[in-house]
Amino acid sequence: MDYKVAYKMPRSLSGKQFTYCPGCHHGIVHRLIAETIDELDLREKTIIVAPVGCSVFAYEFFDIDGTVAPHGRAPAVATGMKRARPDLTIFTYQGDGDLAAIGTAEMIHAANRGELITTIFINNAIYGMTGGQMAPTTLLGMKTTTSPYGRKAEKEGYPVHVCEIIKELQGVAFLARTKVTTPRDVMTTKKYIKKAFQAQLKGLGYSLVEVLSTCPTNWGLSPEKAIKWLEENMTKEFPLGVYVDKVGDAK
Amino acid sequence: MKNAYIEIDKERCKACGLCISACPQGIIRFSSEFNSKGYHPAEPNDPEAKCTGCGFCYMMCPDVCITVYRAVKV
Ligand SMILES: Cc1ncc(C[n+]2csc(CCOP(=O)(O)OP(=O)(O)O)c2C)c(N)n1
Ligand code: SF4
Ligand code: SF4
Ligand code: SF4
Repeated sequence: MDYKVAYKMPRSLSGKQFTYCPGCHHGIVHRLIAETIDELDLREKTIIVAPVGCSVFAYEFFDIDGTVAPHGRAPAVATGMKRARPDLTIFTYQGDGDLAAIGTAEMIHAANRGELITTIFINNAIYGMTGGQMAPTTLLGMKTTTSPYGRKAEKEGYPVHVCEIIKELQGVAFLARTKVTTPRDVMTTKKYIKKAFQAQLKGLGYSLVEVLSTCPTNWGLSPEKAIKWLEENMTKEFPLGVYVDKVGDAK
Repeated sequence: MKNAYIEIDKERCKACGLCISACPQGIIRFSSEFNSKGYHPAEPNDPEAKCTGCGFCYMMCPDVCITVYRAVKV
């Protein structure tokens, strides 16, 4: 009997071992981006702009060109790259501290300008790299090192909903929120990431995919329990689905 | 004769267990050995050749440790 590979590490990953904690969803999303780059045949034509956060070395894990931007500035760096080299595909990879706190202005204005770049946004409701501080996306009542009694709306405001905020901006061509807690979610997320890249390739505008992700380490949960917590809490606060789709379904 | 099988790169594995809970056939377990990172890596345990090649383990593995092989139909 002959056997053929059905699933293996995508070509666009470098093979370097990820530095993420056991069970952290950053790794799943990296793989999906690399699969998409392979399938769209973009490996020699794509640049990643990594953020500051746990994925600060993301460019090391992909076999593509890449750089890292100062905290929150990835969409500004990507804007410059894309305008200088419109023939290349440029994407930013950003956490919620990076994108929705210090980098809010860069992201919103890149979206509003309809910049032809793609953003993959990891929402794990916490600052992972720096040890579990409250993020703009932290849920009400959620305990973090800087909200030890639980986040309170009167003191710290409400969780920021990035998709709902930018969906009204006319420059946005594809926008979706998803998760990667089950194989079915992983397949859906892959479809969204592909569409986000296609929005850029077709010159339609800015695209962003928000992925609800686990941070088992700073949530203080096992990888399995972190998935359950995400399902039970984050999906209620952050509704999943496609918010903007100007790409359509035609191949 | 098996229809499909998987290989796990045990040096990459961080023993998160997500492949184990994703496998509908229940044919992945933790090894009693250690890898050089100090984890008990996941390993396939499929004496009855139940693996269908569905790829769920691959899809859920955050460290891209798993390769899935399927039999080529003749
Ligand atoms: C200008 C600046 N301010 C603050 C920091 C400290 N800092 C490093 S990572 C980080 C937050 C990262 O959180 P997030 O973007 O959610 O990514 P994660 O680590 O959770 O993946 C902060 C505040 C910094 N490096 N630079
Ligand atoms: S601290 Fe959290 S986000 Fe960072 S690698 Fe670990 S689990 Fe992932
Ligand atoms: S391919 Fe499917 S059946 Fe085979 S080990 Fe992986 S999850 Fe289990
Ligand atoms: S999902 Fe990957 S890293 Fe986690 S236990 Fe399985 S093989 Fe190891």
